[in-house]
Amino acid sequence: MLKQKNKVLLLFAHPSQDRSEINMPMFKLASKIDGVTAIDLYREYPTFRIDVDKEQQRLLAHDIVIMQFPLYWYSTPALLKEWQDLVLEYGFAYGHEGTMLHGKTLLCAITAGGAEAAYRKEGYNHFTIRELLHPLEQTASLTGMRYLAPFTLFSSRTAAEEHRDKKHLEDWTQLLKALVNNQLDFELAAGLAKLDVQNTDLIKELL
Amino acid sequence: MTGYFLQAFVYLIAAVLAVPLAKRLGLGSVLGYLIAGVIIGPVIGLVGAETATIQHFAEFGVVMMLFVVGLELEPRMLWNMRHKLIGLGGLQVGITTLVVMLACLAFGLQWSFALAVGLIFSLSSTAIVLQTFNEKGLGKTDGGRSSFSVLLFQDIAVIPMLALIPLLALPELVALSEKLGAAAAEHGDSLNLVAHLPGWAYAIVVVVAIVALVVGGHYLSRPLFRYVASSGLREIFTAATLMLVIGIAALMGLVGLSPALGAFLAGVVLANSEFRHELESTIEPFKGLLLGLFFITVGAGVDFGVLQLHWGKVIAMALAIMLIKAAILFVLAIIFKIKNSDRWLFALSLAQAGEFGFVLLNYTVQNHVIPHDLSQILSLVVAFSMFLTPSLFILYDKVILPRYERSENHQEPDEIDEKGTVIVAGIGRFGQIINRFLVANGIKTVVLDHQAGQVELMRKINIKSYFGDATQPDLLHTAGIEEAKLMVVTIDDKEKVRDIVKYVKHAHPHVRLMVRAFDRGHAYELRSLGADHIITEAYYSALEMGGRALNELGFHPFKSEQLKAAFDQIEKDNKEKLYQTWLAGNEDNRFSNDYRELFLQLEELLGKAMSKDRSDGHSLTERGWTPPPKNYQDDFKQ
Repeated sequence: MLKQKNKVLLLFAHPSQDRSEINMPMFKLASKIDGVTAIDLYREYPTFRIDVDKEQQRLLAHDIVIMQFPLYWYSTPALLKEWQDLVLEYGFAYGHEGTMLHGKTLLCAITAGGAEAAYRKEGYNHFTIRELLHPLEQTASLTGMRYLAPFTLFSSRTAAEEHRDKKHLEDWTQLLKALVNNQLDFELAAGLAKLDVQNTDLIKELL
Repeated sequence: MTGYFLQAFVYLIAAVLAVPLAKRLGLGSVLGYLIAGVIIGPVIGLVGAETATIQHFAEFGVVMMLFVVGLELEPRMLWNMRHKLIGLGGLQVGITTLVVMLACLAFGLQWSFALAVGLIFSLSSTAIVLQTFNEKGLGKTDGGRSSFSVLLFQDIAVIPMLALIPLLALPELVALSEKLGAAAAEHGDSLNLVAHLPGWAYAIVVVVAIVALVVGGHYLSRPLFRYVASSGLREIFTAATLMLVIGIAALMGLVGLSPALGAFLAGVVLANSEFRHELESTIEPFKGLLLGLFFITVGAGVDFGVLQLHWGKVIAMALAIMLIKAAILFVLAIIFKIKNSDRWLFALSLAQAGEFGFVLLNYTVQNHVIPHDLSQILSLVVAFSMFLTPSLFILYDKVILPRYERSENHQEPDEIDEKGTVIVAGIGRFGQIINRFLVANGIKTVVLDHQAGQVELMRKINIKSYFGDATQPDLLHTAGIEEAKLMVVTIDDKEKVRDIVKYVKHAHPHVRLMVRAFDRGHAYELRSLGADHIITEAYYSALEMGGRALNELGFHPFKSEQLKAAFDQIEKDNKEKLYQTWLAGNEDNRFSNDYRELFLQLEELLGKAMSKDRSDGHSLTERGWTPPPKNYQDDFKQ
């Protein structure tokens, strides 16, 4: 049985790309994968003048939306927030006739500076990553999108020195390919605290 | 008179026919001139006896060449290159001279003679090598840069060689030439002020002459050229440049020094001057033509009789010389850590003998160091090694480079591209800002302006700028348009901007062209000529001021910012349509009725967009968050 392929839209938001050690390689890898449309939002809208119509057309043309960004103050960098404010309009993404995103999937691929231990009730961040991203999860819910657990790299500032970047990039590639080829167990992915590609049940073999 | 015209015509037609053909065959212009000379001289016999006379005149091309070499040598650049220049260049010249000299001695030649031959063959062909590097874009490679420093050292080394060679004169040759009548041999030295002075006085005169040259060049040339430039007459600038070079040559001749040495020194003195590029581009055609003439006379002077008698010897010697030089260069490349394919490029590109070899050969004959018949054979050897050079470059391209490319691909994948330089033409109130911005971001710029006062002003605040008319292809060439990535044109003269766009797009299509247009019509015109980016000069500042005006009138700053952006967006969206309509209009009056109509439509659109209100829903001006309708929450009550 051949499953239908998914079209993946990657919205990448990073305002300081010169200094990026993980996100840029992730973005470059994604750009090379067939079936993934990788958009560098800060390159496209350096003055924050977002072309709302163009962005809405892009959303319509894809099945899965990935927001890739470094976590800034427990939320997205400013341009991605601006993108949400402008593009997810009433009548398009929500409201009486706002059903255009129904049935699509939303995934956050993020890097966090803190260690994983900090993102829990006892840690200094007091909430888990999934909890901190509740506004996005709720946005997905209101726009009728399926929300997956975030794909996260913790302690990202030291990942390169500690040689954890290579494995993360491998996982990332595997995840993207699974999304394109429709191999991901969406039920399972929606329920986890975070996406762990090493979880053997998550990605199904292609039949 | 008619005789002179005929001669000149023969020389020129030979150059005009042969040089483009040689270039098309990938042989380079020097070989073209040589071949042209061979054809009109020994082959057809159109020119003959007067060759030697013309050659004296053509040697002035070499003087100019050294002037230009000097101009290229900013003292600071010379300092940065000192290790390679002296180490690599010095060792190359020294070792090659020594090895060739030893070989000559082994054949039983006299030592003074062997030394002269060694010196002659230690030089390589600047003209061929730099030309080829330019054509193939090899100048920025490690091999290319190293070759350049060696060539530079050789060009400088010619000067002491010219001083040394007369000391090697052989008494019997001097006697012979005296017997033949000194009048014919002694050509340029009849006017010599210092011939009868005692040694100490002579030394003083020489020192005084050189100091006068350096000091005069430094302090007097600027006011002079500024005075000339203010007249705005190009031909007077040319005259002043020629006056300078000829004057120096004459001065040096009068005190018995080499004119080439004087011209070189003058060049170095002027290398930091704002007039440098203009001087260079003014002198370039004269230098080129005279050097060309010189090569033709060399070709014309080839003695086929000698070649027939000694062809085996000539070929054997040429190959031997090239092998020796390549081997020495290769070893030096290893010592100086030039790696991989660059090592081969370095060794192969400099293996030939060069045009200065001809000059030195002539000079040695004049100074009775080498007998005439032997110099004939040696000049054939020099010529033959130059003939072979293009084949070495082909060998490098086809055999050596592919082999290294395969292995290099795996070793060093990430070499950061060198940032291209930017040429800014016009450094008035507009260009200045652009230039300051670029320089502040570490981008190399070359600034050109035709107002000497402006250039001087820029220099005072340490902005590198040069005087010159940016519409002149020669000036663009010396400003480095071949290597430039981008050219910014911000000069006031609308016609000149047009000319620059036309020329640059045609001759240097790799250069991205940003131009400032006077108004909409000018912008369209420049676009139709192929400019890559056009900014109409007052557009953005006017828009900015418009926004501030709205603020003054009580608009919220964020609102006026959005209105500005919307205005700009509508302009951008309709730019293409307006341009096409303009283009479709007739030549005399581009602003046709269609265009006017479209323009009025645009104005209307703008008016509408500006007056839209938030409550209209998706207004054009404000997509900066459209709030949902007041009753929207009813949808969620289920």
